[in-house]
Amino acid sequence: VSCTRKGDRLLEAYADGELDLVSSLDVERHLAECAECAAAVESHRALRSVLTGAALSFEMPEGLEDRVRAALPGAAPLARRRPFAGRWLAAAASLPAVMILAAALVLASRMPSPAARLDEEIVSAHVRSLMADHLTDVPSSDQHTVKPWFNGKLDFSPEVRDLAGDGYPLAGGRLDYLNGRGVAVLVYERHRHPINLFLWPDTDGRPVTPAESSLRGYNVIRWSRSGTSYAAVSDLNVAELRQFKEDLTR
Amino acid sequence: LETTPRERFEQVVLPHMRAAYNLARWLTRNDEDAQDVVQEASLRAFRFFGGFRGGDAKAWLLAIVRNVCYTGRHRAPEATVAFDEEIHDVGDEAPGPEGLLLQQASRQMLMEALADLPVEFREAIVLREVEGLSYREMAEVTQLPIGTVMSRLSRARTRLRRSLRERMEGGPA
Repeated sequence: VSCTRKGDRLLEAYADGELDLVSSLDVERHLAECAECAAAVESHRALRSVLTGAALSFEMPEGLEDRVRAALPGAAPLARRRPFAGRWLAAAASLPAVMILAAALVLASRMPSPAARLDEEIVSAHVRSLMADHLTDVPSSDQHTVKPWFNGKLDFSPEVRDLAGDGYPLAGGRLDYLNGRGVAVLVYERHRHPINLFLWPDTDGRPVTPAESSLRGYNVIRWSRSGTSYAAVSDLNVAELRQFKEDLTR
Repeated sequence: LETTPRERFEQVVLPHMRAAYNLARWLTRNDEDAQDVVQEASLRAFRFFGGFRGGDAKAWLLAIVRNVCYTGRHRAPEATVAFDEEIHDVGDEAPGPEGLLLQQASRQMLMEALADLPVEFREAIVLREVEGLSYREMAEVTQLPIGTVMSRLSRARTRLRRSLRERMEGGPA
């Protein structure tokens, strides 16, 4: 006799992580005593992990973004392809405006909780790093180049792990400013989606609160470990970002 | 130091262009149409940007991309799933213990199986598993009730699973 709950949408919603606490507990109680439904949930998870692991996203063609920008009304026909040095100067010049914008964003969000404010800062920093052509200060895929680069620039020495074997090539490192202090940012890539990993020591004895959140289309995962606070942000979906965290902390 | 609407648009909306292209590429199933869709959707988005009251810019942009795909000349020339989703729900086979089998599906096979799904189902899988949207965000993009989003997604998975199983059992030709 087949379990009547087998085709239940709630099982799928549970596997998708979409249920609230009470419903999740209810489903878990059922799964503990129903092998059939437990297998169904496993199967949902298997399909999900196959799909999310397969990089089914199409790369945007070179030049499309430039054409879209150029077609927008009021477009200054600015040369997007600036020489490298020019890009650095432009990034430096736009920094004050960007900082004011970031401050305005924080103020405009009507005094959110400290955690929400931190997520806002993290996502803003991530977006800024993509916009200003300023993803890395030290572009290198070699952990032994990136780690020493931070020496003397911060009051701590970040651990730089090589995750290329797990499918996350290192793109480089960067200094950033978060929560009122200088932090290290390691930039990894997953199927060419950048992941910004912020890390800083818990010098004030208050490690970051572990949490996952989603903001303006970006996912953020925060955690702390051995006296260091971490925050990973990316446009990768949350399952992939969780996997990154797992691979990193393994 | 006021930002102009254009600057704000570039900062808030354009970072999601990659997702916009990906959705358009999956819905139209070819690169040229997808690029046209992104161009047109971006212009529309810019025009409507005054009405964007904050919130999820990605879902907002993807909703426009989707509308351009379905209403414009890029409309996919294929039959849509017209039958009543609620009535036809019951016959769905529940998933079996095929996790191991699935893990052997190649990326190529997944791409083909997904591309062959009817557009509504393809869209559901792409929004959820490729773009990582929540049910709520999917409802926002598709303008459908959450219950319908869930039932579509569930049926899409059943179909995809069946298609993959057939492809794998067919073995390499």
